[in-house]
Amino acid sequence: MALRRDWVYENNGGTCVAIAGTDYCVIAADTRLSVGYSIYTRDYSKICKLADKCVMASSGFQGDLKALQKNLAARHLIYQHQHNKQMSCPAMAQLLSNTLYYKRFFPYYTFNILGGLDSDGKGCVYTYDAVGSYERVGYSAQGTGAGLIIPVLDNQLKSPSPLLLPAKDAVTPLSETEAIDVVKDVFASATERDIYTGDKVEIVVINASGIRQELMELRKD
Amino acid sequence: MFRNQYDTDVTTWSPAGRLFQVEYAMEAVKQGAAAVGLRSTSHVVLATVNKAASDLSSHQRKVFKIDDHIGVAIAGLTADGRVLSRYLRNECINHSFVYESPLPVSRLVVRLADKAQVCTQRSWKRPFGVGLLVAGLDETGAHLYYNCPSGNYFEYQAFAIGSRSQAAKTFMERRFEAFNGYSRDELIKDALFAIKETLQGEKLTSSICTVAVVGIDEPFHMLDQKIIQEVIDSIEIKEDDAAAATAAADQAPMQEEDKSSEAAPMDI
Repeated sequence: MALRRDWVYENNGGTCVAIAGTDYCVIAADTRLSVGYSIYTRDYSKICKLADKCVMASSGFQGDLKALQKNLAARHLIYQHQHNKQMSCPAMAQLLSNTLYYKRFFPYYTFNILGGLDSDGKGCVYTYDAVGSYERVGYSAQGTGAGLIIPVLDNQLKSPSPLLLPAKDAVTPLSETEAIDVVKDVFASATERDIYTGDKVEIVVINASGIRQELMELRKD
Repeated sequence: MFRNQYDTDVTTWSPAGRLFQVEYAMEAVKQGAAAVGLRSTSHVVLATVNKAASDLSSHQRKVFKIDDHIGVAIAGLTADGRVLSRYLRNECINHSFVYESPLPVSRLVVRLADKAQVCTQRSWKRPFGVGLLVAGLDETGAHLYYNCPSGNYFEYQAFAIGSRSQAAKTFMERRFEAFNGYSRDELIKDALFAIKETLQGEKLTSSICTVAVVGIDEPFHMLDQKIIQEVIDSIEIKEDDAAAATAAADQAPMQEEDKSSEAAPMDI
């Protein structure tokens, strides 16, 4: 068993979820930062506001996440100078994909979800892999607890299955408060079984009146 | 005279030790529409006159936001100004990315000045034909700088550039000592007064001028046309009152300057 000395990544754990509704979008992520079996901090935000109606949540290596967020923020500023307006969520989605693929041969070790409102005011969620492959979906989860959460979302959100062909818009018909309740339940459940998920969940809600944030306590073990 | 012999390119000195191409570039600034800047300890205000090429066309943009804490007003070749603004924006973004803090104004103007200087010492380039009033706020306070095509830069309490800027400078020379203590609104009012001076009789309306402010807790932004018009109206009301108050029927052009100095004590 040779000792590998060039592994530059670290998985800081955590889970992110996003759900799109007809006129809102809910993005949530837990606030625990771990490495191995240790906890670095219980109070770390994985969510970043990229534009007026566009928020990104990512799990994976938080060092790369920080760099990615800074990169996107700078690019957004350039866009605003050139076009005199904020980037729309679909535009930001494409930018994120291009930014990730740019580092195809030394990737950002981040598993991202982008959530917000599209140009029509409808909720949209984009889900990514580490090198930029992305898709617009009605809901998604990424991170260590994703495997525990996605089946529950498939069951509880009353949306058409995203696995159907032809692809149907999987935006949930639930109301904003119902969706937030599902998010809270789903995080509480994931916390039970996933050691990397817990402490608090930060829930961000985007709708026509703006962006608001709430925190919910989770089990600390 | 001899001037024409030594002005072919920027890398030729005249016998008197001048670079005529650089001086011609500064002429281009003097021909542009006026721009003024004023500074207090907490705010900086920029105001420009927007000359439209014709009634059919739109006004040229002469004020650019560079970052939340810095903005510029230009006079001269607007295209050169646009290109320099893009450069300044890039510098600010790169600095913020690396240092996670806003680029200090003094460092930005030095970089701009160095960029301008390069164009005065290359035979295949020409000097930028634009003067920039750089207004910004940083840890050391509020700043107003003027960047020349020559690569020189100076810090000012208040300054004016462009055509008929001397009238604005004369107006501000009488009042600049009090600027540090001015409130934000007083500064805006004086900026519009200064612009009015450069118009020399033409009517001042919000459609021909742009006003921008940056201050502590106030990111750089341009003021809404309605707000500018309100300030102009309040200036005009005070002037009409002052005119009615002064019994003198003096028809000399000095009358307008008298009115503004009459109105000033009532303003403050």
